[in-house]
Amino acid sequence: MSVETLYALAACALVGIGLYGMIVQPHPLRKLIAFNIMGTGVFVLFGALAKRGAAAGLVADPVPQALLITAIVVAFAATAVTVALLLRLVESTDTASLADEPPAGR
Amino acid sequence: MTTLVGAVIVALLLWLALWTVVARDAFVAVAGFVVYGLLLSLVWVRLAGIDVALTEAAIGGGLTGALLLGAVGRLRATEAATAAERAGPGLRVLAALLALAVTAALMLAVLSLPDPAPTLAPLVVPNLPATGVGNPITGVLLAFRALDTLLEAIVLVIGLIGVWSLAPDTAWGGRPGLRYRADPDGILAYLARVLPPIGIVVGLYLFWAGADHPGGKFQSATILAAMWMLVQMAGLGDTPRTDGGWLRLGLVIGPLVFVAVGAFGIPAAGAFLAYPETWAKPLILLIELALLPTLVLVLALLMNGPPRRHGGAR
Repeated sequence: MSVETLYALAACALVGIGLYGMIVQPHPLRKLIAFNIMGTGVFVLFGALAKRGAAAGLVADPVPQALLITAIVVAFAATAVTVALLLRLVESTDTASLADEPPAGR
Repeated sequence: MTTLVGAVIVALLLWLALWTVVARDAFVAVAGFVVYGLLLSLVWVRLAGIDVALTEAAIGGGLTGALLLGAVGRLRATEAATAAERAGPGLRVLAALLALAVTAALMLAVLSLPDPAPTLAPLVVPNLPATGVGNPITGVLLAFRALDTLLEAIVLVIGLIGVWSLAPDTAWGGRPGLRYRADPDGILAYLARVLPPIGIVVGLYLFWAGADHPGGKFQSATILAAMWMLVQMAGLGDTPRTDGGWLRLGLVIGPLVFVAVGAFGIPAAGAFLAYPETWAKPLILLIELALLPTLVLVLALLMNGPPRRHGGAR
């Protein structure tokens, strides 16, 4: 199996792992980490496609690779906004719960 | 041999991802995620994306990991309450089935990809000399797909505005983050004096080398931002007031210069963000130079969070 197919298949599994964590973990921070793992799965898949596109003397297609750099930076910015929102939620409600009903005793 | 190394990396990567997702403790999950980010940079090297590997190590693993580490400490108290909302066995089985179905569908798509693969590399190579830069990725970022990079710079500034908007009314315009106090003779303060000169040189080298070799303004900005934060954490410098005029100018200078150069392209070369033939390299350098302070400030201030306190003059 070629190296890019191997990593592309692994990327598919990463998307699945992240999706699972996002559903079953109740804490928003854990959901955020799981979402980031799902995102990296998408990135690796895209990166493997870039490697498949090696041509014209280049080791990989530079267009998807450049877009990946943009994507990683934007993912960081989105994560920072989410963390700030989450910390503000906890500051103003004293709970990080996302349940419709607040936990008993609050 | 190559396949063996690849298989080991993939096995480690998947195991780490699973461990991070199912770990009981949030701190353990964050620690797992940081290691995962570093391993991922190795994957990028294997996929021939040195520029991507540098970005992933600096931003994906480094900055995101530090951000999550800071958050997990402040969210300690909320963990026990949400643990009671843990998904039951029924939901877990359903979630696992859904995840498996998504993975299987993606794998089918991967295995049925067209061969030979579609690629834009044959278009990039003959057009690269016109831009004056030697690194094809920098060429794509600042010439062929410059609009994406412009929008990204704007998204970063908007993200920072979003974070700042979460400040309590009383703290608006104040300083973000905590005022750190460290032993002025301690090892942290020592490192915060010794490392920044080296870090600044490495950062600026990455910036300059990015035109022809792996590197560029994002990786460079991350290193410079990290140096600034090291100085803050050692208590040698404070975070800036968020209502400072120079600070706000620095935050928007990158996108503003980028838009101005883009608009200059309309009369000079016939399209927004088009560069006149002989001016391509100087204009690209100008954009990169203007983007560098914006990126350093935005990255460091995103890590600092919303304004929280007043104190000190502007």
